[in-house]
Amino acid sequence: MSAVNRQQRTPMPEQDPATRARNFEEVPLGYTPEQAQQEAARCLNCKKRECVAGCPVEVDIPAFVHLIAESEFAAAARKIKETNALPAVCGRVCPQESQCESKCVLGKKWEPLAIGRLERFAADYERMNNLVELPEKQPPNGKKVAIIGAGPSGLTVAGDLILLGYGVTIFEAFHRPGGVLMYGIPEFRLPKAIVESEVDYLRQLGVRIELNQVIGRSITIDELTEDLGFDAVFVGVGAGLPYFLGIEGEQLGGVYAANEYLTRTNLMRAYRFPEYDTPIVKGRTVCVLGGGNVAMDAARTARRLGAEHVYIVYRRSKAELPARAEEVHHAEEEGIIFKLLAAPLAFEGNGDGMVQRMRCQEMELGEPDDSGRRRPVPKAGCEFTIETDLVIVAIGGGANPLLTKSTPGMELNRRGYIVADDAGKTSKPRVWAGGDIVTGSATVIEAMGAGRRAARAIHECLSG
Amino acid sequence: MSRIVNKTELVPNIHEMLVEAPQIAAKALPGQFVVVMADETGERVPLTIADFDRDQGTITLILMVVGTSSRKLARLRAGDAFHALLGPLGHPSEIEDYGSIIMVAGGVGTAPIYPIARALRDKGNRVITIQGARNRDLLFWRDRMAAVSDEHIITTDDGSAGRKGLVTEPLRERLAADNGKTIGCVYAIGPTIMMKCCSDTTRPFDVRTIVSLNTIMVDGTGMCGGCRVEIGGETRFTCVDGPEFDGHLVNWSTMMARQRIYHTSEQCSLTRYLDEVSTS
Ligand SMILES: Cc1cc2nc3c(=O)[nH]c(=O)nc-3n(C[C@H](O)[C@H](O)[C@H](O)COP(=O)(O)OP(=O)(O)OC[C@H]3O[C@@H](n4cnc5c(N)ncnc54)[C@H](O)[C@@H]3O)c2cc1C
Ligand SMILES: Cc1cc2nc3c(=O)[nH]c(=O)nc-3n(C[C@H](O)[C@H](O)[C@H](O)COP(=O)(O)OP(=O)(O)OC[C@H]3O[C@@H](n4cnc5c(N)ncnc54)[C@H](O)[C@@H]3O)c2cc1C
Ligand code: SF4
Ligand code: SF4
Ligand code: FES
Repeated sequence: MSAVNRQQRTPMPEQDPATRARNFEEVPLGYTPEQAQQEAARCLNCKKRECVAGCPVEVDIPAFVHLIAESEFAAAARKIKETNALPAVCGRVCPQESQCESKCVLGKKWEPLAIGRLERFAADYERMNNLVELPEKQPPNGKKVAIIGAGPSGLTVAGDLILLGYGVTIFEAFHRPGGVLMYGIPEFRLPKAIVESEVDYLRQLGVRIELNQVIGRSITIDELTEDLGFDAVFVGVGAGLPYFLGIEGEQLGGVYAANEYLTRTNLMRAYRFPEYDTPIVKGRTVCVLGGGNVAMDAARTARRLGAEHVYIVYRRSKAELPARAEEVHHAEEEGIIFKLLAAPLAFEGNGDGMVQRMRCQEMELGEPDDSGRRRPVPKAGCEFTIETDLVIVAIGGGANPLLTKSTPGMELNRRGYIVADDAGKTSKPRVWAGGDIVTGSATVIEAMGAGRRAARAIHECLSG
Repeated sequence: MSRIVNKTELVPNIHEMLVEAPQIAAKALPGQFVVVMADETGERVPLTIADFDRDQGTITLILMVVGTSSRKLARLRAGDAFHALLGPLGHPSEIEDYGSIIMVAGGVGTAPIYPIARALRDKGNRVITIQGARNRDLLFWRDRMAAVSDEHIITTDDGSAGRKGLVTEPLRERLAADNGKTIGCVYAIGPTIMMKCCSDTTRPFDVRTIVSLNTIMVDGTGMCGGCRVEIGGETRFTCVDGPEFDGHLVNWSTMMARQRIYHTSEQCSLTRYLDEVSTS
């Protein structure tokens, strides 16, 4: 092997932008074993392990990277799984540049170690070579825990508690488990087969998953604890309430909340319509409103569904885009156009109830607001219109009240999120909560971290 | 669970399904609905819980064949299971004592009206039902409707049963004749245009009018926003804020436009499905 290149990361091959902008296959292709070893060799195996401190679940990064360097790929995967149950997912979707990789010592002078890519490699290697082993489980302890929501937080609680000998049942509203991993994040960033195999692993460990159960409607939390004999409940239902702008024309056809647009495509597989029955409006000129990761996902999805022109319309400037740099870069490569410093005023229809045009206001940056970002203010007299036949509103969301409203005795904050302490304990006896329904929209790994802490607290409470 | 126990075609293209769903039956209340999927590639389709039997653990669904999804569902037989069935969803109807009440059921709207009428009558209301259909052959559950009505009026477009004409005619007459103002509420459930016309009819009489909106849905839990409607100038979600709303506050033109969003896709899907079925 050639000398170690400490300065630069080993590039990961990707599908070419022109090709991938027309298919739903994964964009980055992953490392080969040789590439992974080459990258792993860059790690300095630091004593201070700053990278580990940057990871919300404290993956033992130097240890697993070392195992990759030694060609012990499956062992590397098992090492990661000691603290992170979903490495194939996290390696793909973690915002590493603001977490583990942001702390990597190499990054002070050069490019940080590609920790996410290596994590992904180890997990993929283990899965694709059928090397996944079921860990030892403690004998059944006779206690039952109900988990509401099969997103990353709920799956983590399930994975931890099943190993400790609990009877674990997940109740999920949708017909497929995975939460945002299944219905939100697109196939080209996170193949659904990976989510399915992670869920299968939990099933093999003995986790029961009851699909099509809307807790709060089908069964209430009180019934779970009082009638169905669950000793504890974990609530990981995500945020799941789309916001609209409240401007004229929002009811028009072809105006979607990102949640609906992405759910139709990912969960219902509208991108394979008519083979799958759920349809979706395919625009030729598409406007996505917002500048976060969800907006990037929606824009790139629209492109893949055949749009000729896709605009990201955002009120501030490029520097303030909340999306990850990598996502913005991928979007630009795929020909997405950024219309910055622009805010929608109204949508106009074509007479048949479908959107045809969007009126916008030009903005400029004024004084910084509470968040420290410069506030966008309208530029007097500067309006313009965009002809568009598909608008996707990706301006964030709030807490879905369906479950919380039907659960007496659980304290909520002003904005409707569940109040829980650091270990996830809510004001309601025997009920813990974590993930987006506590913190508001955050990240996969933070939801998993919350799940891990809650699992520990539930175990302490039930075994004490 | 979620197996179909029995299925009958009540009238051409309208099927009654008796479904084993003890958990849903235990909770269901008039006005609520379920979401079903026929198979793995299917859509999530909302259907009203037209009846429920808590002892038997069953619910009754009434299905009108329209496009691909309803056809797929209609092809299921006794013994088959749905790919997915969830519920009960939506707010239950408010069952109050209004004095007298008029319940207008248009077409397949008989399915949702029936359990509500029964509950309202049990509550002490004098129930006048107006059951309408295009013609005699499309009327179903006449006996059931009669059994929960103090007065049961039938209308058909062509006069082949009951009175010839639209449901709005007897509705208007009843309200006009109601000098003592005994009619405290009108329910109107059926095709969107019928619900709109009924709301227009009752407006001058200033009588509370409740409709049950059949918007296009995906999740049915308030997560996607696809089922949104404009009620009194505000955006509301039919699946969690409804499906019942004050008919006088509904923005009917946007509601109807939203039902047409997928018209071309639906045609395409149906052509493909009919091809597939005919060659299989
Ligand atoms: C489009 C999109 C892209 C994203 N991209 C990234 C990314 O690249 N990287 C990253 O780290 N994060 C990303 N996120 C954020 C991340 O996905 C979330 O923070 C994370 O999924 C939250 O996990 P959770 O367990 O709290 O809930 P969720 O993933 O939201 O899962 C909640 C589950 O609970 C179910 N549920 C809800 N209500 C009920 C009920 N009443 N009864 C039963 N079940 C119920 C839901 O159906 C769902 O399956 C993205 C989010 C979106 C929307
Ligand atoms: C709360 C509620 C209760 C309902 N109860 C019943 C019932 O008891 N019996 C019954 O026969 N029908 C009922 N419907 C309507 C039923 O869901 C639609 O007729 C069905 O989805 C049509 O699907 P399709 O593929 O056969 O027709 P398509 O060809 O796809 O569509 C025909 C029309 O049906 C409507 N529609 C299409 N897709 C959906 C969807 N995903 N959700 C809702 N509407 C859609 C649209 O207006 C569309 O233009 C109800 C709808 C709602 C919202
Ligand atoms: S889980 Fe995420 S943050 Fe932690 S090491 Fe892996 S990629 Fe980094
Ligand atoms: S900080 Fe970087 S170089 Fe040091 S151990 Fe962590 S990953 Fe390796
Ligand atoms: S169907 Fe998705 S919010 Fe109502």
